Amino acid sequence: MSPNLAKALLELADDNLILGHRLSELCGHAPMLEEDLALPNMGLDLIGTARTLYTYACEIEDKNRTEDDLAFLRNEREFVNCLLVERPNTDFAHTILKQLYFSTFMESYWTAALSSKDEIIMGIAGKAKKEMAYHIRHSGEWVIRLGDGTTESNKRICDAVTALHIYTNELFINSPNTEFFHKNNILPDRASLKHGWEQAINSIFKQGLIPYPKDNNELIGGRSGLHGEELGHLLASMQSVHRTYPGAKW
Amino acid sequence: MVKALSREKPFDIKTTNDHNLAWSIASNVLDPEIPCVTIGELGIIRDLNLDNNKVTVFVSPTYSGCPAVLAIELAIQNALLKAGFETKIKRVLSPPWTTDWISESGRKKLKEYGIAPPVNASSKMSLFGKTEVECPRCSSQNTEKLSEFGSTACKAQYRCINCLEPFDYFKCI
Repeated sequence: MSPNLAKALLELADDNLILGHRLSELCGHAPMLEEDLALPNMGLDLIGTARTLYTYACEIEDKNRTEDDLAFLRNEREFVNCLLVERPNTDFAHTILKQLYFSTFMESYWTAALSSKDEIIMGIAGKAKKEMAYHIRHSGEWVIRLGDGTTESNKRICDAVTALHIYTNELFINSPNTEFFHKNNILPDRASLKHGWEQAINSIFKQGLIPYPKDNNELIGGRSGLHGEELGHLLASMQSVHRTYPGAKW
Repeated sequence: MVKALSREKPFDIKTTNDHNLAWSIASNVLDPEIPCVTIGELGIIRDLNLDNNKVTVFVSPTYSGCPAVLAIELAIQNALLKAGFETKIKRVLSPPWTTDWISESGRKKLKEYGIAPPVNASSKMSLFGKTEVECPRCSSQNTEKLSEFGSTACKAQYRCINCLEPFDYFKCI
């Protein structure tokens, strides 16, 4: 397979866009006012990063496509986000745990990307890394509070761990599309970030009295376009305006 | 403000004066969401090229998800157009913009406007340790964070324990 940076960036961009959209679904529906500001704000950060990545991918592939084409005119099987980010919000514990898993990974990913040989990737990383630190702090504090809270809140966060932990391993797998780039110091090697991630999550779980899952089951497939049915529903809603009014401009 | 700066003859050849003029017009554009500071003071403008009558302004986007980025670019374009400059905007992603680039006068104006300026990021611990944010009204450091996220991507919400006023804090990135 010939190395194609645009394809490799698509994985990153899709992760950011899909999780960003998931967060935007909570705008006006969060359990309290502060969260109603926090969740869509984090969504904004992710969507902003996705936009920059899509724009850069379009420049590289040079096929006359725009960020909108990539976000709104691809089908489910063409999306290459990992499965974790498309999981539905379900209850607040799921939402916030998903955020902790993802932002803890991305913070270390962007930190590693600061030494990328590609100047644009380095620039995106410099900003995104700092934003991820805010997301980790916010979601981490919540995970601890839920775990170390009432019997009910502890049960909910533990249920979320059971439901979501199996999706985390996909974060650490280098796809065939990214292999060339991490070997050439353009994108970070995902596998090398696993140990640090586990330690960070473990330390938060300890503070929150949440048992760290022992089994190593995993569910993967997103990078090759194999998704859960929930992604289809998400795309139907996210893409509806653009598909109804093709070429519509904001 | 833009009018006062506009040139008498709109299509002169390139001069140093024109370059300075274009620079001053661009950097005097006000931030659309925090209209007390100019984008020059925020450190968003990285460079400006003048080739005959064509200006290229190099700008750094602030926060990844900041919806004002496009508004700022359009405002720069408009202001320069009014002065007779044909303008192109180029986004510079690297090095990434940081709140450390906000000028002293920008920080002062933020405070006067009621927004606590970002605590300088010189110590990385400021992100995880206790940040001492000064109340923009009574200057007390006895303040508490209400929410990490506020009305715009760039702000957090704080409250002064001394004078009891809630206030915005310009997030440090």
